[in-house]
Amino acid sequence: MRKDLLSIGDLTRDDIYLILDTADAMREVGERTIKKVPTLRGKTVVNLFYEPSTRTRTSFEIAEKRLSADTLNVAVAVSSVQKGETLVDTALNIEAMAPDMIVIRHSSSGAGHLLSRVCKSRIINAGDGMHEHPTQALLDAFTIRGHKKRIEGLKIAIVGDLLHSRVLRSNILLLTALGADVWVCGPATLVPPGIARLGVHVTTSVDEAVADADVVMMLRIQHERMQGAFFPSVREYFQTFGMTRERLARARPDVIIMHPGPMNRGVEIASDVADGPYSVILEQVANGVAVRMAVLYLLAGGPEAD
Amino acid sequence: MKRLLKGGRVVDPANGRDGVFDVLVDGDRIARVGRDLPVEDGVAVIEIPGGLVVCPGLIDMHVHLREPGQEHKETVATGTAAAVAGGFTAVACMPNTAPVNDHAGVTEYILKKAAEANLARVYPIGAVSRGQQGEQLADIAELKRAGCVAVTDDGRPVATALLMRRALEYTSMFDMPVIEHCEEQTLKGDGVAHEGFQASALGLRGIPGQAESIMALRDIALAELTGGAVHIAHMSARQTLDAVRWGKSRGARVTCEVTPHHFVLTDEMLAGPVAYDTNVKMNPPLRETADRDAMLAGLKDGSVDVIATDHAPHHYDEKQVEFDRAPFGITGLETAVSLCFDRLVHAGVLSLSRLVELLSVNPARLLRLPGGSLSEGAPADISILAPDLPVTVDAAAMKSKSKNTPFGGWTLRGGVAATMVGGRVVYANDRIEMG
Amino acid sequence: MPILMDADRIGRTLTRIAHEILERNRGVDELALVGIRTRGVTIAKRLAAAILEINHHEVPTGALDITMYRDDLMRHAVGPQPLIRKTEIPFSIDDKRILLVDDVLYTGRTIRAALDALIDFGRPRAIQLVVLVDRGHRELPIKADYVGKNVPTSPSQSVQVHLTEIDGRDEVEIRES
Repeated sequence: MRKDLLSIGDLTRDDIYLILDTADAMREVGERTIKKVPTLRGKTVVNLFYEPSTRTRTSFEIAEKRLSADTLNVAVAVSSVQKGETLVDTALNIEAMAPDMIVIRHSSSGAGHLLSRVCKSRIINAGDGMHEHPTQALLDAFTIRGHKKRIEGLKIAIVGDLLHSRVLRSNILLLTALGADVWVCGPATLVPPGIARLGVHVTTSVDEAVADADVVMMLRIQHERMQGAFFPSVREYFQTFGMTRERLARARPDVIIMHPGPMNRGVEIASDVADGPYSVILEQVANGVAVRMAVLYLLAGGPEAD
Repeated sequence: MKRLLKGGRVVDPANGRDGVFDVLVDGDRIARVGRDLPVEDGVAVIEIPGGLVVCPGLIDMHVHLREPGQEHKETVATGTAAAVAGGFTAVACMPNTAPVNDHAGVTEYILKKAAEANLARVYPIGAVSRGQQGEQLADIAELKRAGCVAVTDDGRPVATALLMRRALEYTSMFDMPVIEHCEEQTLKGDGVAHEGFQASALGLRGIPGQAESIMALRDIALAELTGGAVHIAHMSARQTLDAVRWGKSRGARVTCEVTPHHFVLTDEMLAGPVAYDTNVKMNPPLRETADRDAMLAGLKDGSVDVIATDHAPHHYDEKQVEFDRAPFGITGLETAVSLCFDRLVHAGVLSLSRLVELLSVNPARLLRLPGGSLSEGAPADISILAPDLPVTVDAAAMKSKSKNTPFGGWTLRGGVAATMVGGRVVYANDRIEMG
Repeated sequence: MPILMDADRIGRTLTRIAHEILERNRGVDELALVGIRTRGVTIAKRLAAAILEINHHEVPTGALDITMYRDDLMRHAVGPQPLIRKTEIPFSIDDKRILLVDDVLYTGRTIRAALDALIDFGRPRAIQLVVLVDRGHRELPIKADYVGKNVPTSPSQSVQVHLTEIDGRDEVEIRES
């Protein structure tokens, strides 16, 4: 595996399976009384989060601590950015403290790539702008595999704001690499141009996407999108694209419902679906720790001998 | 002081010449061009080595010299040094300085700096509107008197159809074109890259080609309405080229230019070799292969009038940031000739004669400049080019203050041997021996 | 490649060890077997089967992966990380007498790691070490309580244990590296 995890596109199929299998072993650590192994003892991991995040940051922090690493949380307040310190300067200052790994979340696509060029530490992309969120896709795949025993051949529908979603891009790359039949669905105003080239079916009909689906993944809709005239109202969005019990009935009877969180209840997903028997949303969160432990462990070793 | 440039291949399409000729320079003028001219006493002979081309001085009609106000990026002195190193004897510089070149004071300042540098000729382009704010016309007559050769609000389009109409009508009194940065602002939004598969895959906000063509269509219609002349700057989209062809077929006074990066590169550069390289970020953005190929076709069939670089220097610190935050623009003066030779002439897209039209004859004609030919009595602005010189682009060695180019490390075939302005050699490539 | 133990010998050795375990440990109820992955697990299961046959008592058996506790993990500058397999100890180890089982005892570092891991799982009453082969060259003060066979070796040699469940045959061989 390479020095950094910036994009799912950098992983081979073997890399992906290695991460998922390692996550399996890591999950067991979370089931013990003493949830700790000494594997990353003495290693320093910096969580550099430019965007507020409860879920992802906590998940990484727990993962790091379970591996006995020392964690440094740098929550970049908006004022620092306003004071004018560049991302590169911030990163180089942090490098001076000799971290082994930097986990970065940033609102600009490609922020991780910039750091990777400038820093010697290993960089883990925890979400860069609209580009990718690799560990989210990995934990999604881990969750799916846990229920369905495989990814190949499954019909997986991803519904929501496709244009602005980094979770979408990572999931498309990962699920197609593992042989799933991926359908993406959203309003025509939110379909990224050319996305079909990544090997997915594109539709604006939720019914078509969900028909006989094994997995339905809902993406967040941000209220700000109404400003950009992407859709007229939350009410209309829910009526046309929201996941309700009725819509879900068209999927396979053993369908699982997923959501990267945080959810907008009543916008992209009805509460009875989110809390219902098909939902694995909370499991995704639990799996996130195991998957991130696997990624941290696998990246912490030396660079792969060429 | 008389100089005889002996034995070079003279390419002078304005006078229908392409062959081995001698050029006699007397003071700052071209005295004579002919075969085997006699060598008189007191004439310094410069033997032009075989294979070199002698042509009318190249003119870059789209350059940002950044002075006054942004001297950390470039100055008139460093910009004109870059120009002559790139084989250009003249540049026309854009008004989006600080303060904006919307009154004679700034125009005169630029000309003063150019005279002090005494390298390439500088022809300032003034603003269309005061402060380039798009509300009121600038004092265009004053700008013309002070030395401006055209007007533009480059960086933005002229804000409203009404203002563009007025600008076209007004400038037609002074025989000046309005140079337009075609961009429908609401479609551009906060886009940073060409709207297409690459931007989608990389999570970058896109700018569709139609953002450019919609504005071009507006301006062409207004040129038709008013009889004024519009020159479309840095054209990048195939839809815009179609609009230009349509406008020309209807007799509208529309011309257009293409930059080297738009006929060489595509948006695939966003993904690699350096992902999210801010030296690949400019406006208008690099577009798809179909657009790049359309630009090549337009250069070939004559729909495109001019090659201009849109030389846009930015300081290293400004570009060493996230892609979204980086300013738009790359340098171009010192890579243009090599790219033109390598990707146009040697690639069989254009003849050398046609290239000289695009880089010298047409810019001179559009801006009513003395130059563009080696006629007797014309200013002795001469570019001596080396079509077969192997060149490796080295940003660090460039004369421009800024190094923001995506072509670093490229090996190209073709370069500059020497540049002469008003009879003085202002640049000589020390890799080439000239007697 | 000299064969140290053939299938017959391995079988009789494990039976002998099972008897020894029962002899030294009064109170079978407190016993639990934990095999160190990978072949330690196989041996542990065979011992459980042997004890079941002798005593009609089922000793709980678990599998321990010690990769995450190795002391040489992050010291390598090159090479990918060693593969982690699952640890499965489906019972509480508190107050139990744990029989830690491995195929070959060499430097003792694996056992050291296993002890660290076990202590994270709970507080056993005692830990005893069972190995099929002890090849000497200890680097840490670790001693086996039950040894199948003592084999003097040189550092240039390696001891390979093959077990039917994994390798298709039962055999212990010694090789020159």
